[in-house]
Parts: sequence; C-alpha cells; structure tokens
Amino acid sequence: MTERKLLSVRGLTKRYGDRVGCLDVGFDLWPGEVLGIVGESGSGKTTVLHCLSGRLEPTAGTAEFLQRDGAVVDILRLPEVARRRLARTDWALVQQNPPDGLRMGVSAGANVGERIMAVGARHYGRIRSEALDWLTQVEIPRERVDDLPGTFSGGMQQRLQIARCLVTRPRLVLMDEPTGGLDVSVQARLLDLLRSLVADLGLSAIVVTHDLAVTRLLAHRLLVMRGGEVVEAGLTDQVLDDPQHPYTQLLVSSVLQP
Amino acid sequence: MSGYNFAYLDEQTKRMIRRAVLKAVAIPGYQVPFGSREMPLSYGWGTGGVQVTAAVIGPDDVLKVIDQGADDTTNAVSIRRFFARTTGVATTCRTDEATMIQTRHRIPETPLREGQIVVFQVPIPEPLRWLEPREAETRKMHALEEYGIMHVRLYEDIALHGRVAMSYDYPVRVNGRYVMRPSPIPKFDNPKLDRSPALLLFGAGREKRIYAVPPYTSVRSLDFEDHPFTIEAWEQACGLCGSRESFLDEVIMDDKGGRLFICSDTDHCERRRSRDD
Repeated sequence: MTERKLLSVRGLTKRYGDRVGCLDVGFDLWPGEVLGIVGESGSGKTTVLHCLSGRLEPTAGTAEFLQRDGAVVDILRLPEVARRRLARTDWALVQQNPPDGLRMGVSAGANVGERIMAVGARHYGRIRSEALDWLTQVEIPRERVDDLPGTFSGGMQQRLQIARCLVTRPRLVLMDEPTGGLDVSVQARLLDLLRSLVADLGLSAIVVTHDLAVTRLLAHRLLVMRGGEVVEAGLTDQVLDDPQHPYTQLLVSSVLQP
Repeated sequence: MSGYNFAYLDEQTKRMIRRAVLKAVAIPGYQVPFGSREMPLSYGWGTGGVQVTAAVIGPDDVLKVIDQGADDTTNAVSIRRFFARTTGVATTCRTDEATMIQTRHRIPETPLREGQIVVFQVPIPEPLRWLEPREAETRKMHALEEYGIMHVRLYEDIALHGRVAMSYDYPVRVNGRYVMRPSPIPKFDNPKLDRSPALLLFGAGREKRIYAVPPYTSVRSLDFEDHPFTIEAWEQACGLCGSRESFLDEVIMDDKGGRLFICSDTDHCERRRSRDD
C-alpha cells in the first residue's frame, strides 16, 4: 500500500498537576478518513482536539503530520511560525460556538475571504467570487454575502464557519461539536452538508462530539474516551453495534430512541 | 526660560527617547515602546509628538508647527510658543526654512528636502488594533508578518461602499515589511511618505510608542490589484490662491449655503498668493 498516514498520534498526554486531561492517547488518521471521538463531558475528548489545534500545550506525546510536500513533521514540536502557517492553510478548526470561529464585525464575504487573503490573495474580484462560490456550497443565499454574521441564524452561522474554514482547501479539519446547540432539523441539514463536503473534497477530519448519531453519520472510525483514556477504538458500526467495553455499552444503551 | 532644562524634558528622558528613535529608524515602521512622560499638555493634543521634538531639537534648529496644515490654529500656536520659550530656537511658518516640522494631520505641500525632520502626532499607533484588541497578539502578528487581516478591512469597504472608504490614517507597508498607521493624515498625503528625502518620526504619547520612516524608504499604501490606491481629487480650485494640486478644506461662509474651498496648507497658499501679487 502506497498511501501514507496523514496524522499519527502517539502517547498524547495532558496533565494538570496531579489530574489528567488525557492520558496516552494514540491513533492514526488516513487521507480521506473521518475519525470520531466520543465520550461524556470531562472525558478528555476536547482536550485531545485542543492539544492538536495548538490551543493547549500537551505534557507528552507526538503527532506526526504528513505535509503537502511529503515531509512528515511533529506538529507538537513545530516552531510557532510554521504552526500558525499550517493553521492558516492545511488545517482548519470548526468551533462549537460559531461566534468563536467567526469575525462577527465584518460581513460574511469578508469572513470567507479572510483565509485566502491571509495566504496572499490580493485581487478583490477573485476573492469575492470565491467567497460567493463557497456561500453557495454551504447553502447560504448569495445575496447575504454582505450581511454581518450576527444577522444569521445559528445554523447559518455554523455553515458560514465551515465555508470560512474550507476555503483554503485544508487537508485536515478539526471539528469540536459541530452540531452542538442546533435544533434537530438544522442538525440534520448540517450533517448532510458535512457528509457531502467530506466526500466531495476528500477531506480528513477529526470530529469530537457526544452525539453518537453524528458519529454514525460522519465518522468512519471511532475512539471512545473516558476519564482521559481511550477505552475502545474501531470501525464506527462495529463499535456502536457491538460495543465491547462496559462503558461503551453504557454509552450506546443510553441513547434515547424516539 | 530659567528653571527648566533646554526643551523642557530632562536629559535622561531625552536620552531614553533618542534611543527609542534610533531603534525606530533602524527598523522602519516598527513600533518601539518608550517611557512616555507627563507633559504640560493633555493627551490627544500631541504629547507624543512634543516629546519626540523635545528629544531631537537642537539650538540651531528652525521649528515649524502645523495643525491640519495651518500654522495659526490653537494647537500649532501653543506648541510653537512652548518650544520657543523652552529652547529659544527660531520658529517659522515657511516649510522650506524649517529644519524641524511638528505636524498633526498633514504633510506640507511644499516638497520636503534632505536634512529636515518631520514629527507626527499619533493617536493610535497600532494598525491591527481595529480587529485584534490583544497587544500580545498584534505584536506576534507583526513579528510573523500576518497582515491578511488588513485586506479584510479593505475588502469590507469595497463590498459595502464600492471603494475603499478610508480617507485618512490609510495603512501603509514600510520597506516591504511592517504595516504602519501614518497617523491621521489624509490619504492624499500618503504618496509624500514614499521615498521622502526627510526623516519622518512618529510619536504616540498615550500609547507610548515611537516609530519612524528613514529618508528614501519605500512606503506603499495597501490596496487590491483590481482596486488600486487612489487619492482624493477636487472639482474646485483653491478659492484664495487658485491651486488645483493642493489638499482643500471646505469652509462654510454664511448661513445661505455659501461655501469656499481653500488650501489646508496655509503657508503654501500664502506663498502662492504673494507670488501672484
């Protein structure tokens, strides 16, 4: 097999004094694959994501990332300059609360255009048509391009955030509870959209969520976390339909069936 | 004036400011922090500019002070008198006679020459402040040349108004490196910054920053390839001297809608008129 791992995480640990944020987390991510991380609140799933996105500094561990040029770098030890460049180009972070990931003071078009301007685009017409393109892709009407994100509904804000992240065609998208705080019909639409975008663009993604239904739809593989440790890992259907670990069994049986 | 040191500030403070100025000249466009002092002048009236002028002025200098281009407004008159009394240097209203020019909001129309120093009064030195309130973060953005955000601002203006609506304090890139606020001069004056033969010093008293553009340094106004930087133009000529090249102020003459456009640079206007006579 010639395909190489996009991301390989080993021994990722974050300690807060005696307490543990996450302990010895390891996984591989292949190009085009979506990995779900599930677990209850406080299980360390968001800690893992923040360690990878650079918002937290891990205590130990490595995360080897395959760059566009074929070189493999440990992103946890990358100098800040290179790390911030990666965060603008090859990586993207979709936050749970859209206002955290958007610039609420400028129009939707400027929000989408920011990342392409950050990597050097200086042609207004092209930036604008790219922004319009992406708004269409995430099903936001083109005439809303000059409106402030504050005038958008929660679902639209989340879709705008996704457009803003994907405009530089990142190779790895980190999503922190992308459907959190949205009502079910809006969630369904967003999941549909994410699913088609991930398939069309061949994105690799790590999706952190407590919602098992989201992982069933989006994720190819699943990590189940509890108390900072990975207790079970495997293919999504396998983990959800035939859970082995007692905690996973509890988690799966806790889902309400309407 | 007895009881005060030459140019009001004590020698230690002047040395500290000169060190900041030297560093600023060495790194064009970089904002150097300095220990701004209390001045006998309220913030917003030019405390930064006054301190820079006090630190670099010498007994042989000839000082000109302008405010909005005019030599005869309150701010300009007060600062000129302040230095006349504390240093005893000669003052002038003529741009070509001055060796030091302290200015607020304008660069004189008369071309600057080598050997002159222009000191700008700066209210807010940080060009990235409008989108990033954290000082630690803006410093990091300068260090890593993360300036995409400045074009987000231009994009926003073009999307909403069809053109870049910023008409003063228009951001520039100095020497291909640092993005800088040129202080609230009209964008009409931005081209005068580029490769200026004079030394340009910028002082922000409240924000405690000094920055500089050394002589003959490239200063480019930010723009888009398909929306190039342009300066203002007027349909009228100056009502007093007839100039079509200078920056014009609109003055309301009466309560019947009468108005007059006149040069904002009073020295330039007067000299053109005296030549006509």
